[in-house]
Amino acid sequence: MSHVLSHTWSLTVSRMRLAMRNRAFFFFSLIMPLAFLFGYAGLFRRFGGEAMLFVLPMVLALTVMGTFWGLSVQLVTFREQGILRRFRVTPVGASAMLGSSLISNYFLTLPTIVIEFYISRSLFHMAGLGNLLSVFILVTIGIVTFASLGLIVASVTNTMQETQIINQIIWFVFLFISGATIPFPMLPRMVQKVAVYLPATYLVSGLQRAMIERTNLSQLGAYLASLIGCALIAFIISAQLFRWEPEAKVPRQAKLWAVAAIIPFLLLGVWENFNGDLQKHAMNNLQTIREPYTLERIEH
Amino acid sequence: MLSGATIEVNNLTKRYGDVEALRGVSFAVNEGEVFGLLGPNGAGKTSTVEILEGLRTPDSGSVSVCGLDPQSSGAEFKYAIGAALQATALPDKMRVEEALDLFGSFYPRHRSTKDLLKRFGLEDKRSAFYAKLSGGQKQRLALAMALVNDPQVVFLDEPTAGLDPQVRHEVYGIIEELKKDKKTVLITTHYIEEAERICDRVAIVDHGKVIALGTPRELKQRSGAVTRISVRLAKPETNGALSSLEGVAECRTEADDYLLYSTRVPRTIVALVKHLEEQNNELVSLEISAPSLEDIFLELTGRRLRD
Repeated sequence: MSHVLSHTWSLTVSRMRLAMRNRAFFFFSLIMPLAFLFGYAGLFRRFGGEAMLFVLPMVLALTVMGTFWGLSVQLVTFREQGILRRFRVTPVGASAMLGSSLISNYFLTLPTIVIEFYISRSLFHMAGLGNLLSVFILVTIGIVTFASLGLIVASVTNTMQETQIINQIIWFVFLFISGATIPFPMLPRMVQKVAVYLPATYLVSGLQRAMIERTNLSQLGAYLASLIGCALIAFIISAQLFRWEPEAKVPRQAKLWAVAAIIPFLLLGVWENFNGDLQKHAMNNLQTIREPYTLERIEH
Repeated sequence: MLSGATIEVNNLTKRYGDVEALRGVSFAVNEGEVFGLLGPNGAGKTSTVEILEGLRTPDSGSVSVCGLDPQSSGAEFKYAIGAALQATALPDKMRVEEALDLFGSFYPRHRSTKDLLKRFGLEDKRSAFYAKLSGGQKQRLALAMALVNDPQVVFLDEPTAGLDPQVRHEVYGIIEELKKDKKTVLITTHYIEEAERICDRVAIVDHGKVIALGTPRELKQRSGAVTRISVRLAKPETNGALSSLEGVAECRTEADDYLLYSTRVPRTIVALVKHLEEQNNELVSLEISAPSLEDIFLELTGRRLRD
């Protein structure tokens, strides 16, 4: 066990170094989320510092969800280039290789999160910091979950091209119907009914509740449990399906296993559709943007 | 099969779709021996080595390395072996020093990066990105990585393929040092001179089978291959006379030289000198070329190794 940990750590350090030498990685993990932050902040500026409590969680969620692309996809490149098979003749195992993807993603994403907080507070005068512990835990678990989802896509696809296509599809769904770009209450009712089955929706909602309502961890229990469950299933399946050889193909039926990773969210989604309060919280939280706007209208 | 051999390979078979890559390969390598698998591309050398490294599973047959099964022995097996794969690839932006540090960190006992850089002449390149290395430098790094855990058994799959002669000789030097260190080395090659020069024993592999096995000298002696004696004379000889000399199987002319193919070299030479004295002729030059492994391969398969 201690060997697995030490191998994971060596790989983590090495992969963080490699990522930091990669311009594309810098762009997607730092520049793009900050561009979103400035874009949103500019858009909602006239609603004041309160609105930043609504805007920042959207940007935080985008940053966390970005780990879906991150180092998981790098493993596909490593496999295709025959880099992984060199590791296979060493004592390194699949779980150390996969674990290093999650940990390096985490350490590389955290600075962006801190910078986003700092800019929101100092430049855009965000009203308060929300429940920082809840935000921190949501970000931590969120990164592990989305990076694990990236791993499972990497493990059920055979080529980089296939990985890219499937990732794009999932990414756009996460981006547009989770509340990360278009606020949840503004989505059509039918889309909302689908959105409650997505992990991304709970990440956005959880972060907004932690920032605006200062929700504590116990109130976010169902969200956190589903994110952790999803991460665990995704990680275990990825380890089972892990392939070192460029020519090794994944059996077709194994691709179905990937679906198992979203079981926690299928259950949560069903519950949410019948008894949930996500919609109610989302409506209330949107008021941070609407209220000053309404007042402004009245004053005129 | 030799008992107590460091590497044992028994009746290995492997099929990729319709292609039968290995058709019952067997051999054993003793401790401290440099053993060569010699054969053309596609003969089954890499499949055999990759089964021994644990990268592939055989369809049937068995292998053991240091008494361990590559598939089931886990870390203990990985600690015992070092490998330079046919194509070692590393991330482009990994530095030489980082690669050695990283791979070293996987083993409880490993050699210092500084020593390896020095031994493999990579000190100047320690901070260079992998992508910026020349072919020879990449190969030296691959060899350094194979030795990072000071393994008992080293697998080198075509370690000199595509390298210029100078780098190739450097690699030979490294393998000779391994031999001095009493490492067991299994090397695959399609270069005859490499097998003859550095291997204690050689298995000639063709179409997934071992077709001959022994020391390079044994293989040559065992074969019916003839020795070529190339002579140049002061006065031209009438053909026919030379071909009837003792031991001569065939006589040819090539420019000013007479090529005598002899099965009994000493007797042929004595007879040749006697004949020239009688004819009042003189020997200008004489050159004896022993049969090479190439000739043996040709004799066994009817093909040249690099066809």
